[in-house]
Amino acid sequence: MNFAFSEEQTMMADVVRDLLARECGSAALRSRMTTACSFDRDRWRKLLELGLAGVLAPEDAGGLGLGGTDFVQIAEACGHACLPEPLVDYAGVVLPLLAECESDAAREMLAQGLETGAPIALAHPQTPWIVAANAASAFVLPGPDGLRLLAGEEVRRVQQPGIDPLRQLFTVSAEEAAGAQIAAHEAMPALLARAAERGAVFTAAELVGIAQACVDLAVAYAGERQQFGRAIGANQAIKHHLASAQVKIEFARPVVHAAAACIPAGPGFPPQSLETRARISHAMLAAGEAATLAARTALQVHGAMGYSWEVDVHLYLKRALSLTHRWGGPEHHRQRIAERILTAPLGPDRLFPQVAEEIETTPMKRTA
Amino acid sequence: MDLHYTDEQKAFRAEVRDWMSANVPADPLPSFDGGRAGFEAHRDWEARLNQGRWGMVTWPEAYGGRELDLIRWLIFEEEYYAAGAPLRVNQNGIFLLGPTLMEYGTQEQKARFLPPMATGEEIWAQAWSEPQAGSDLAAVRAKAVRDGDSYLLSGHKIWSSRAVMADWAFGLFRTDPASERHKGLSLILFPLDAEGVRRQAIAQINGETGFAELFLDEVRVPVGNRVGADGEGWRICMATAGFERGLMLRSPARFQMTARRLVELYEANRETCTAAQRDAVAEAWMAAEAYALSIYATASRLIAGGSIGAEASLNKIFWSEMDIQMHETALAILGARAELLPTASAAGDVGRWLDGYLFSLAGPIYAGTNEIQRNIIAERLLGLPRG
Ligand SMILES: Cc1cc2nc3c(=O)[nH]c(=O)nc-3n(C[C@H](O)[C@H](O)[C@H](O)COP(=O)(O)OP(=O)(O)OC[C@H]3O[C@@H](n4cnc5c(N)ncnc54)[C@H](O)[C@@H]3O)c2cc1C
Repeated sequence: MNFAFSEEQTMMADVVRDLLARECGSAALRSRMTTACSFDRDRWRKLLELGLAGVLAPEDAGGLGLGGTDFVQIAEACGHACLPEPLVDYAGVVLPLLAECESDAAREMLAQGLETGAPIALAHPQTPWIVAANAASAFVLPGPDGLRLLAGEEVRRVQQPGIDPLRQLFTVSAEEAAGAQIAAHEAMPALLARAAERGAVFTAAELVGIAQACVDLAVAYAGERQQFGRAIGANQAIKHHLASAQVKIEFARPVVHAAAACIPAGPGFPPQSLETRARISHAMLAAGEAATLAARTALQVHGAMGYSWEVDVHLYLKRALSLTHRWGGPEHHRQRIAERILTAPLGPDRLFPQVAEEIETTPMKRTA
Repeated sequence: MDLHYTDEQKAFRAEVRDWMSANVPADPLPSFDGGRAGFEAHRDWEARLNQGRWGMVTWPEAYGGRELDLIRWLIFEEEYYAAGAPLRVNQNGIFLLGPTLMEYGTQEQKARFLPPMATGEEIWAQAWSEPQAGSDLAAVRAKAVRDGDSYLLSGHKIWSSRAVMADWAFGLFRTDPASERHKGLSLILFPLDAEGVRRQAIAQINGETGFAELFLDEVRVPVGNRVGADGEGWRICMATAGFERGLMLRSPARFQMTARRLVELYEANRETCTAAQRDAVAEAWMAAEAYALSIYATASRLIAGGSIGAEASLNKIFWSEMDIQMHETALAILGARAELLPTASAAGDVGRWLDGYLFSLAGPIYAGTNEIQRNIIAERLLGLPRG
């Protein structure tokens, strides 16, 4: 039992953080805000040059064959930087999904993705708006007879204007028979379900990153801004707001990390037990609440500045709003928690449930 | 990262489980704050635990422990609370003074005080607060006047938990009469039955005498009862407070068990429960899980050589607020019955929720109020300017 990251894992995340600090600062973000497509191909290329696309893809397909705990801190860093490009979806969800599809077309697409970084978008029933479809050159779409892989030209994209100025949202559709089938109808629900688990874990990590960025922005501002002859951060009301936001973050982060440990390395699939589903949902809920509170707090601490376009707080607030509703949304996740606590054994020895099963600890009696 | 227990850890869990199931009293003990009988029953339980060498599993063997790491301590706690074992009447000793002595005490002090602490022969109280020194603990006025090889302790301590029946206390005293604030303070151990100690029980919100006022009038103790150097009291007490807020005092298993009981209460009253109550129950369960995961992460960090500082304040806020949320949810589910004592004929399954609710309300006050914890987080963790 060791609930800590390895040095390699932390080093890898540090490298990503450094790159994002250079390539995805406030000025860089703002330079793309007025463009029709905020996807920055140059930054995308630099990120993928670090080998990030294949973190979770199997080694025999050219990936690194690593697991959720190897990627979760990277996803958090992407959230912290408010990265416009959907790297987290790409490396965390889309490529692992392609790797699970038993078809040549999927394998080729995966290889191409790993090699060239060709953006591929997934239309998943639990995330109705597709991020950055305007930059995607290929699409994975569920159809009546299974999952299909389509080229960009085969897909109709309708932009759905949204609040996040750094990401464009779309709905997409295609002819039923267009593209190649990459998974049969019967295999599709399980593939999509696993994609949703991965999506939720890494989105939760992004949300924790967003939350921390909000507190960081507000702390910096509160140390500088002077009112009544002193820094506003010297006032307890400001301190206590920020401390409360930090508490929320600190008790979301370990849940997200434990949820990431549910995504195994290599070709294994995230197990679909009640317990792992609940842990992943817990991660989404806790991270979403932390991000929402932290963004609201940051806005309040900045005063009217926080309400202005000029300060970055709104970028995080909007991203948080967008991410909390992906992969099912809070009510869906609350349902899954309820299902777990009302039907599976509870107690301190169920914290790491796969383990409890292994050692056949007698589940504690449930009194009716 | 590896979230699997080793074979040894699994075997250890089984060992604790077996011992607990053979030894935990079938009926809950009477409250240790309710009178001598309950207090002594808890002392007996401490002795029994110690016979099994379960008193403090992390302590060195010489002092009655097993020298186990923090992961095993967590496993022990999980099995302890799952078995419904009694609360620890000597918590101020084993969780606060114990670790403090381990770090700052002399060999003689450890040999003298730790073994009877482990067996429950000597139950400890914490004597820090004074009428004028609450949150502002540095305003302590009680003094220790040097007289040859002795100190003469005088002053007025208050809110000292268990002090009505405890045997010893560790107090914060001004050893330098000219000093102010954080300087010139020392941590000194004194027997509560010594000449010059007058104890006055204080009834708590539930009517039980859970804490006491202590009036000290030239209580003579040897200089060897001072822990750490003269004037080092503040620094040492802050380390003790870290143990209190941080890891030891509130291990996660207790809240995980409360969450489980809450789910059971919800199930038993399902027909009358609302969707909002279901969500509140889920919230409580998630909070207990989050707290446990966070403590596992902290334990892993400490085992790898890390330390815990102001982060302890994050824990203290989280567990105290979680405890209130859990009990409020239980009372909401009980509805009109929430105000009934278990002895009422219409009480049904009210259990001890009301009692627990009242106690949960003390959580944001003791061990440093949550306002003070938020100040600490803001200033020491986030780096905001001091007010
Ligand atoms: C159940 C229980 C058990 C206890 N056991 C012990 C014990 O065993 N030994 C012991 O020594 N003490 C014990 N205490 C005392 C406890 O440590 C004090 O109650 C605590 O430190 C707060 O001090 P106070 O009660 O004097 O409140 P005060 O300091 O008077 O505070 C009153 C209110 O003002 C707020 N406040 C004060 N200063 C500030 C500030 N700078 N910024 C913002 N808000 C502020 C506080 O947060 C609080 O809300 C116990 C208390 C309780 C409730």
